[in-house]
Amino acid sequence: MTPPVIREKSRYEIILAGAGGQGLILSAIILGEAAIREGKKVVQTQSYGIATRGGLSEAEVIIDSEEIVFQQVRNPDIILAMTEGTFEKFCDLARTGTLIFYDETFLEERKGNNLCGLPFTRSARNLGQGGSANLIALGAIVARTGVVRMESLVHVVTETFPVGTIEVNIKALRLGESLIAEHKD
Amino acid sequence: MEMFPNQTRLIQGNQAMTHGALYAGARFYAGYPITPSSEIAEECSVLMPKLGGMYIQMEDEIAGIAAVIGASLAGAKAFTATSGPGFSLMQENLGFAVMGEIPCVVINVQRSGPSTGLATKPAQADVMQARWGRHGDQTLIVLCPASVVECFELTVQAFNFAEKYRIPVILAADEVVAHMREGFSIPEEGELAVIDRKKPSCSPRDYKPFKADADGIAPLASYGSEYVFHVSSSMHGPDGFSNNDPANAARKIEQLHSKIEVHRDEIVITRSFQIEDAEVLLVAFGITTRASRAAARTAREAGIKAGVLQLLTLWPFPDKEIRFAAERAQTIIVPEMNYAGQVAGEVQRVVGPDRDIRRVNRYNGQIITPDDILKVMAL
Amino acid sequence: MVLLGSGLQYLKEGVTPHMWCPGCGNGIVLAIIFRVFEELAYRNEETVVVTGIGCWGKADDYVVTNGFHGTHGRALAFATGIKAFNPRLHVIVLMGDGDCITIGGNHFIHAARRNIDVTAIVVNNFNYGMTGGQVSGTTPAGMYTSTTVYANPERDVDICALAAVAGANYVARGTPYHGFELEINMKEAFDKKGFSVLEVVSPCPTHYGKNNAMKTPVEMLKWIKNRALPKAEYDSLDPSMKDDYFPIGKLVDKDVPDFNARYDEIRARAMKGRTA
Repeated sequence: MTPPVIREKSRYEIILAGAGGQGLILSAIILGEAAIREGKKVVQTQSYGIATRGGLSEAEVIIDSEEIVFQQVRNPDIILAMTEGTFEKFCDLARTGTLIFYDETFLEERKGNNLCGLPFTRSARNLGQGGSANLIALGAIVARTGVVRMESLVHVVTETFPVGTIEVNIKALRLGESLIAEHKD
Repeated sequence: MEMFPNQTRLIQGNQAMTHGALYAGARFYAGYPITPSSEIAEECSVLMPKLGGMYIQMEDEIAGIAAVIGASLAGAKAFTATSGPGFSLMQENLGFAVMGEIPCVVINVQRSGPSTGLATKPAQADVMQARWGRHGDQTLIVLCPASVVECFELTVQAFNFAEKYRIPVILAADEVVAHMREGFSIPEEGELAVIDRKKPSCSPRDYKPFKADADGIAPLASYGSEYVFHVSSSMHGPDGFSNNDPANAARKIEQLHSKIEVHRDEIVITRSFQIEDAEVLLVAFGITTRASRAAARTAREAGIKAGVLQLLTLWPFPDKEIRFAAERAQTIIVPEMNYAGQVAGEVQRVVGPDRDIRRVNRYNGQIITPDDILKVMAL
Repeated sequence: MVLLGSGLQYLKEGVTPHMWCPGCGNGIVLAIIFRVFEELAYRNEETVVVTGIGCWGKADDYVVTNGFHGTHGRALAFATGIKAFNPRLHVIVLMGDGDCITIGGNHFIHAARRNIDVTAIVVNNFNYGMTGGQVSGTTPAGMYTSTTVYANPERDVDICALAAVAGANYVARGTPYHGFELEINMKEAFDKKGFSVLEVVSPCPTHYGKNNAMKTPVEMLKWIKNRALPKAEYDSLDPSMKDDYFPIGKLVDKDVPDFNARYDEIRARAMKGRTA
């Protein structure tokens, strides 16, 4: 498995971006809640348009061991782009050390040390759960970066999801984890 | 969502305001859904019946505030939530709540307007609407949160003020603070003070619903109690019945204002961040407080002594606190998400026309960033 | 001492003579309300009279029960909050045609749909009396008011038909001329659980009568009397005749559970944790 690129940082700024309906705000909440369970400070915000499906949807998470004063991401450590449009919009924010995950299902392949293209949506469809690409991506991000512990994510999903959906959602997180294990940089 | 004391969870501002209301004892919600406040209605529809309270989705915001006013007189701690357009619709009945001295809380989650505007984007452009949106010679209290914790605590405070002073209290949130999630743990019962309205103790025969005690506030009975009383939107005497006598009218208007003026030190809440030695004073409120604090911190790292005065109470306006903080500052900056500088104008009034106020305004639906503020500090 | 059966114990002391014009129906309706209060033994503590704005909206000034005088058109919305939070209260809502069906029409529809257990006594005098006789939502087409001096180009709405279609449990219509029948229907309306409406078609000789060639109170009252037919008689009329008359008496009487009863069921579900 590829070792986490970022480790033991005291602050993480994360952007999860895609189209409305892809569940990115939910991913951000799960990630934030997991960090809370680890005793961190968290601010989670989002920006969205009027369409419930489609349109731009962006969720942000800041995780810090100290008080988070300004609530928005300024120097992202991690960016997830689920669509071509969001990649173009948010890659400008990247600086040295920013890791960009993108969905290979929809985006052109790109080369770069800080880029990580994975087939989130295709994997979700193969799982028979087209709507779980967001959790697959979250699993991959956590596996790659160690921003929170995978067990914390699993714990949050177990505690907050409806009983019938827990198993498949944990499966999606684990699938994301395995995509990283298989991924050749 | 079930919440338990001392259990930190990632909570949204709208949820925190809902739970703050419940913590303060609110058991009646009536309103009309509008982005970005709708989560409050949804949460109330789930929690109110569980607690033996009531949630009613009314036919419009006019009816929402009307039902809240009715329920309040029947003894409920009652509230509603809305955004700018709905807030405008509530104004006539809010004027009545001022006149009838009826405790109630209105959460206005501000969004970018006018009209439908950018319905999912934030603004801080209802500062003046909150204060002056009603007709006639009236006043009320407006509070403004900058974090999820403040969403909770100021909602409790809003109910306390409403109950104590028999007045509508507006909680002027905005889209970002309402949808933002932060770690929050609900306080134990008793940890925050919860104030209930003063009830009459005289004999029912002698009760006059508008006869103020020495503190300027009259005890308020509930419909259905042993006290029979009359509440009127018309100019009224201490017994609540119409009274056109000019002397009575003057007394009533003076009392509506003075009950707030006399207690202004208790009502005006501000928080200061490093203003003791500040040469650059940022006067901030609501979500913009956070960008201001971040900017001040960056400025200090660059050797500029900057500090922030956060206005948690917007109305009555914190004249005294601003004047005091402005005395030592060389530069005053007021960042706010509106075009006209609604708070900057008030700050200018407080510090006088000779002082230069630097304004930072955004009105495109986007938040003010620390960089926006640092730019006017010439950094 | 007040005369047994007069209901005058509900009249506030020292407020008469009332403010309404000679020939107005409001005094008759208020007297009947007082008598029905007495018949039903309503206690002042458990009764709230809610009014809107207008001539009839001043009625709370004369009543010794709990009173609530709100803003124009919103009486039913205020009353909804009062009744919803304290279902033990008798909530009586007094509105004119302007309050009830013109500015407040939406609240009227939704109070009926919600079936909130309050009684609306709607005094319909076909125009805005207090502000000088302007047109209202119940001014018939072709009639004259101070803002339709060339005749009303719009049609009137049938308050009772609207209440019925919106879901009221009880709907009746009367006139001050038919005081005895009005009292019977009012008692039924107060007694009914759920939303009940009593429309009182009432004279306004000062404005509506004056503007429409009915210069005296007697002429105005006769105009109403001659058009009012008991429901059965009205129903048997040839349809071509119906426009010249209106039915009086009980029009709707049913027993659909009221809002508070239904909300009690919601509370029971919520406390068991069932959401869907």
